[in-house]
Amino acid sequence: MPEIVPVSDNLARPMVIALAGNANVGKSAVFNQLTGVDQILGNWPGKTVERAEGTLQYKGHRIRVIDLPGIYSFSTYSMEEMVSRDFIALEKPDIVVDVVDASSLERNLFFTLQLLELEAPLILALNQIDLMAKRGICIDYEKLERTLGVPVVPMVAIRGKGISELTEQIMRLAGQRRKPPEIKYGREVEQRIQEIAGRLGKIKIDYPSRWAAIKLLERDERITKLVAEIDDSIVQAAVAMAEELEKIHGESSSVVISAERYHVAEEIARRVQSFGNAGRSPTDRLDEIALHPVIGYFAILGVVGGLLVWTFIIGDRISELLIEILSPIEQLEPMVSGPLEDILWNGAFAGFVAGLTLVIPYVVPFYIILAVIEDSGYLTRISVMLDRGMHKIGLHGKAIIPLILGYGCNVPACFGCRIMETPKQKVLAAFLVTLVPCTARTVVILGLVAAFVSIWWAMALYVFDIALIILLGRIAFKVVPGESVGLIMEMPDYHVPSAKVVLKQTWARTKSLLWVVFPAYIIGSAVLQVIYAAGWLDLANDALRPITVGWLGLPSAVGILLIFGLVRKELTILMLAVIFQTTNFASIMSPVQLIVLALVTMIYVPCLAVILCLAKEFGWKKTAAITIFEVSFAILLGGVAFRLLLIFF
Amino acid sequence: MPKEQVEEYIEAIFDIAGKNGTAKTTDVAKRLQNAPASVTEVFRSLADSGLVRYEPYRGATLTEKGLSSARKIKRKHRLLEVFLAKILRIDPQKIHEEACKMEHSLSDEVGDAICKMLNAPARCPGGKLIYPCDKMIATCNECLKANDAADKAASVMQRKIVPITDLKPGQKGIIALLRGSKKVIQRLSDLGLTPRTEVILMRKTPLGGPIELCVRRTTLALGYEIADNIFIEAQKDA
Repeated sequence: MPEIVPVSDNLARPMVIALAGNANVGKSAVFNQLTGVDQILGNWPGKTVERAEGTLQYKGHRIRVIDLPGIYSFSTYSMEEMVSRDFIALEKPDIVVDVVDASSLERNLFFTLQLLELEAPLILALNQIDLMAKRGICIDYEKLERTLGVPVVPMVAIRGKGISELTEQIMRLAGQRRKPPEIKYGREVEQRIQEIAGRLGKIKIDYPSRWAAIKLLERDERITKLVAEIDDSIVQAAVAMAEELEKIHGESSSVVISAERYHVAEEIARRVQSFGNAGRSPTDRLDEIALHPVIGYFAILGVVGGLLVWTFIIGDRISELLIEILSPIEQLEPMVSGPLEDILWNGAFAGFVAGLTLVIPYVVPFYIILAVIEDSGYLTRISVMLDRGMHKIGLHGKAIIPLILGYGCNVPACFGCRIMETPKQKVLAAFLVTLVPCTARTVVILGLVAAFVSIWWAMALYVFDIALIILLGRIAFKVVPGESVGLIMEMPDYHVPSAKVVLKQTWARTKSLLWVVFPAYIIGSAVLQVIYAAGWLDLANDALRPITVGWLGLPSAVGILLIFGLVRKELTILMLAVIFQTTNFASIMSPVQLIVLALVTMIYVPCLAVILCLAKEFGWKKTAAITIFEVSFAILLGGVAFRLLLIFF
Repeated sequence: MPKEQVEEYIEAIFDIAGKNGTAKTTDVAKRLQNAPASVTEVFRSLADSGLVRYEPYRGATLTEKGLSSARKIKRKHRLLEVFLAKILRIDPQKIHEEACKMEHSLSDEVGDAICKMLNAPARCPGGKLIYPCDKMIATCNECLKANDAADKAASVMQRKIVPITDLKPGQKGIIALLRGSKKVIQRLSDLGLTPRTEVILMRKTPLGGPIELCVRRTTLALGYEIADNIFIEAQKDA
């Protein structure tokens, strides 16, 4: 047992370790195990979009742990790749844990080699060795360790296996910043790398010179620009060499170098792996169904439809139950008097009750099933099956993932649009996500239409919404400039969803929602009471009267609702109850009015949180465009619907 | 027999029979508006030049040589269609007919030059695939960059390459050429689809949906348009 070297004492900068690796290899599972933080897990590539940070406590040491997004390469293909390479090269974490999927060693080693080029102080966490064994693959860990010159820790992170070994390795190696071994490529490429690296060694750049040399040969725009500013002659030489390589191989130099890395990865994998017999995998058999040209579509309909129906049925039950429990307390209401108590009781408590009875019952069941679907790996199959259809709206199958997440909450769904490749596709997907009715809007649709008109009209609104998404998607695809690329996605094996992961996930999501929802509910509804008491309500309502009454045919009190709906959509229905002092909405509005209100609420921008999220992702200009469009479109549509619906009722 | 007639026949057989099947005499006769008897005669003479295999009463099947010359004509035809539609802005109704007339007199050199000028288009205006040329290059970018005629003369070696979408599920192949934007090619090679790597087609989805393939023990789903531009040397079924 090697002695554990004490690392940075409390005065020095805290030790930093980074988790890096391909998408969907279990980085977040390792992260959660190390830090106890609940980072979202799921079985589809591209979940971790922001780098997550947590703290590992070990024998009195506090260590910062950074979970980098999953990437396949350090090119400039995506923001994530650039962020990750700069983090490793410039912020120089004490240890980089390269999380590797043991069952696809070759592809993962391709990335490991690039980490070595970056001179990252590596530990290889060979994850999912249970899956590897199931696939009939055997890896000689010691041989791998010797070949790479990097410590290897076999593990099953999701079950905590190998975590303490990993922690010990981290502590043992952290003090000593070793230079990792250099991997030599084929002569043709290697000679050129060394020549340029030699020249780069003489100038001062922040990146390791061998890595920068490779990047110059790959014609990496960023590094080329950086070096050109210092010594353009090196860039000239590198370009000439890149051209030579291109001439020899007839491919672009970056492809030549990728092929070279893969060649080395292949060689290492071949030396350390042996293969037994593994019959047809369960994944293959399940895919016979999930990707079947006919049955596959029924499966999607069943799963996604089931998700929504389950949410409605279970939500309805829980909601009823909660209302029953809470109703005796609520009846105390008339006994409260005085302006301050009025505000507190009528506002805050009503808000609390509404939050409890409307949001939680529908959100929690949705999140549970969503977590099951996510964890199983089925989302990627839906992507494949619907790819063709998504092309019609300028996107591809991957976009279905944020769209489905959108039914839960638009905020994570908007961030999820980062899995799309080009800026155009990201904006397009995020725009369509904002049109997906999240649980908050579902509550409004159910609370107004399903409860007081009929469930079928509520369904009709959903179907209409999907049609609208397709239509607007097609138009936006034509209007928005930019490039679109097709589907390129890794297909993970199916997992049996683990109850622990599902429950943790549901809890993490519900918790973050609770933190936003309850304060918003309680404060929002109290503020409304104040406005009401001050008599400002009528002012706002009067200002909006031409739209609400004149065009949409709604009661004038709706004006303030729509304004508050901007904060959170559920407030619409809650405030309706507060303003009219009843939850029997049929007594205050006609069916047509209920449907129109639900329709407008469904379409005019999701909420403040989503607007902020869009602004963060795409800037204020695009966000304003989306917001203004959706508000005016919703009003236009609402007025037309009002006039058309009068025919039916 | 004049070159133009030979090419028209080969095209007709290619269209009617597809890649492996046989074109019936009557079908070819109907398409070219010729008497079946004279079609039979042409079939025999094509068979003599090694372009087709002819079986009386069944029809003609393209040989490897015939197939490659059919692809060459199709390539020229479709390139011309793009050229006529995009550059000359000819009425879309007329481009097929015009291209039909022009294709026979178009030399390989001029065809390749048009390909280069149009940035190596993947499809004709009607959406049909444009087959790559038979030069020994691995990506079209190289040709687009290189302007000297020297490397063009390099090798006119015949390679039996097909888009990966032409494989049957379970069939293996070696990647020969990647076509597409720089970004897509980079991503594909990062995922392990580097030239001369073995791939297995796992599954196709109907109506031009994505394909699933296995490379380096990982499974990837690729959109049809992307897969269509990955050309491979096919091997026998696994």
